[in-house]
Amino acid sequence: MSDPTTEHLTTAGKSPASGRKKRRVAGRAHIVVFLAPAVLIYTVFSIYPLVESLRLSLFDGLPDGSAVWNGLGNYATLLFDANWAGQFWNALWNNLILFFIHMVVQNPIGLLLAALLSLAPRFGGTYRTLIFVPTLLSVVIVGFIWELILSPLWGVSETILGGIGLAWLYQPWLGLESSALVTVSLISVWQYVGIPMMLIYAALLSIPDELIDAARVDGLNGWWIFWKVKLPLILPTLGIVAILTYIGNFTASFDLIYSIQGALGAPNYSTDVMGTLLFRTFFGQQLQIGDTYMGATIASMMFFIILIGVSFYLVLVQRRLQRYEM
Amino acid sequence: MNTMLKTTTATLALCIASGSVMAQDATITIESWRSEDQAIWDNVLIPAFQESHPGIEVQFTPTAPTEYNAALNARLEGGTAGDLIVCRPFDGSLALFERGQLADISDLEGLSNFPDFARAAWQTDDASATFCVPMASVIHGFIYNADAFAELGLEEPTTVDEFFAVLDAIQEDGTYTPLAIGSADQWEAATMAYTNIGPTYWGGEAGRQALIEGSAAFTDPEYVAPFEVMERWTDYMGRSYQAQGYTDSQNLFTLGRAAIYPTGSWEISGFNAQADFEMGAFPPPVQAAGDTCYISDHTDIGIGMNAATDNPEAARTFLEWVASPEFAELYTNELPGFFSLSNAEFEVEDPLAQEMISWRQECESTIRVAHQILSRGEPNTWNNMWTVSANVFNDAASPEEAAAALQDGLAAWYAPQQN
Repeated sequence: MSDPTTEHLTTAGKSPASGRKKRRVAGRAHIVVFLAPAVLIYTVFSIYPLVESLRLSLFDGLPDGSAVWNGLGNYATLLFDANWAGQFWNALWNNLILFFIHMVVQNPIGLLLAALLSLAPRFGGTYRTLIFVPTLLSVVIVGFIWELILSPLWGVSETILGGIGLAWLYQPWLGLESSALVTVSLISVWQYVGIPMMLIYAALLSIPDELIDAARVDGLNGWWIFWKVKLPLILPTLGIVAILTYIGNFTASFDLIYSIQGALGAPNYSTDVMGTLLFRTFFGQQLQIGDTYMGATIASMMFFIILIGVSFYLVLVQRRLQRYEM
Repeated sequence: MNTMLKTTTATLALCIASGSVMAQDATITIESWRSEDQAIWDNVLIPAFQESHPGIEVQFTPTAPTEYNAALNARLEGGTAGDLIVCRPFDGSLALFERGQLADISDLEGLSNFPDFARAAWQTDDASATFCVPMASVIHGFIYNADAFAELGLEEPTTVDEFFAVLDAIQEDGTYTPLAIGSADQWEAATMAYTNIGPTYWGGEAGRQALIEGSAAFTDPEYVAPFEVMERWTDYMGRSYQAQGYTDSQNLFTLGRAAIYPTGSWEISGFNAQADFEMGAFPPPVQAAGDTCYISDHTDIGIGMNAATDNPEAARTFLEWVASPEFAELYTNELPGFFSLSNAEFEVEDPLAQEMISWRQECESTIRVAHQILSRGEPNTWNNMWTVSANVFNDAASPEEAAAALQDGLAAWYAPQQN
């Protein structure tokens, strides 16, 4: 992007080499000053806790509150002890289902909405705001609203279905083992669809009009322009959306499930995810006493799983994505 | 009356005697999960305490119940917890004591006002040290819509057969949902169903102790039977009860749309405020007429002292007052449904509360089966009980499977059950 000719112009008159050197040194000082607050805050609130929780996962607690070195014992318990492994794999599996639903429902809808908005329809700004607003709402409010909507006692969903003659379709979706996880995922999709929409919308807007015009001159209609011109140009953004979905699936899914289905992932652990497993292990649940060390082990496992997913994406996917100069 | 007078005088004397020590102004704060009690503490209990102890400021600073354990642990570890800690019963508080976060208050005079079973909830297993003063218990049973019963010509059932006959009659009439309970939040299934009716089948304390000793297993018929009864309940629960949560059930009952609410006594004050019909209560029905009835009289709330408090004298003075008959009477009447565990005799004003506390005379008392010792390991028996009880309601497990899941979980770590 940078244009060599402007650089020549600005440094013209002085000796080009020394001028450039001076600016670089000054530039470095700036970098340190500007990075310092972020690095400091990030170190104190993110890196230190991460390292500390990795460290804690290698210890075991004694009744008097002191800790004893346990090596990889906690990880062995989590992965191979019948009781812990059952909960762990169930939670991880549920997380993957959650991720899958977000990938096949949330992101395509986000893409569709972004594509429609980028055509600048009437009231486009209003729709954009309305669709984005739920992401700003508290999860507790979203959970409560949807619980009420879907409630068999006070909810409107049965009445609405009845209005179109489909009352027989109604089920207490949040209470059934077979449908609870999907229902919660769709509530989450409803809440967060605004985020991929905004990211993709911004990417679509940054596509220069000349490219679209050129394609049109070449005889492509709107449909083919989208598939052949726009989509390849926003692929890197779709990659970012996918990776954000993957990370959010482990972190953001917790609050919604906790507020709707409780810390035990009711019914019968069918909505139990890594977040709820971590929560009740670390902080305790009713008579279950919180276990800092086992909790730290689960948190570390989540870190590793996210790390593996992100590395996989960076190494195998992102490098192969072709980036076009626009 | 005489003993009550004596204890009151003794408490007063003690307060006066310790007056020189606590004359300095101190502010003590109370950690609790009962945020709904804020007004009662601020307007009644604390002013009553300060009348006799002018030098001590008391602040009641509750946390939401679902966050209490986590928040309290964090504050205790960080050294920012209040001076007085409202205690969950059994292992939760025992762990705090073993970590040295709750002080040993075994030498508190007022503890002699409580029966042994009440103190047991906040003692070490060998009863050598006590770390919380018992405050209150909650009693399980059934609250019913008395107007609906009168309208349908029904009477309080005393046996299981009568209970189901009553449910059938309500079902047939069709005006009311017979039973207001759902399985969405899971804990009501364990608390208001399994541990409510269970003691009738396993013989209360005897059955509970047998599990602790290892001489009985959850798979024995007397522990499976309550699940079988629960399975029969599902025919009388609201439609789509699988997604009916705790507050849904409360509203269903207080709006007059359901006839019987399997309950804990803590509901009384809320129901008194919400329901505009007459209510009555009956204890869990017995298997055959004339059988002993059993109630779950669960030691639920105690209060102890933060070992790291800056005001140990003021905190102890407050605990002595909590152990006094004055507090017992105030608390029980201000919070109908939370019954003081004190031996002191006093008048209970609320009719529903009076009815429920009277069961202590007619029936044998026990506590929730999973709470002492049995939920000490992983998998946690009480968490398990939530899940399997809800599974029985949801038809996701048969009574035998539910009991087997409980037993497997317990036998996985509890030595007396591993033979």
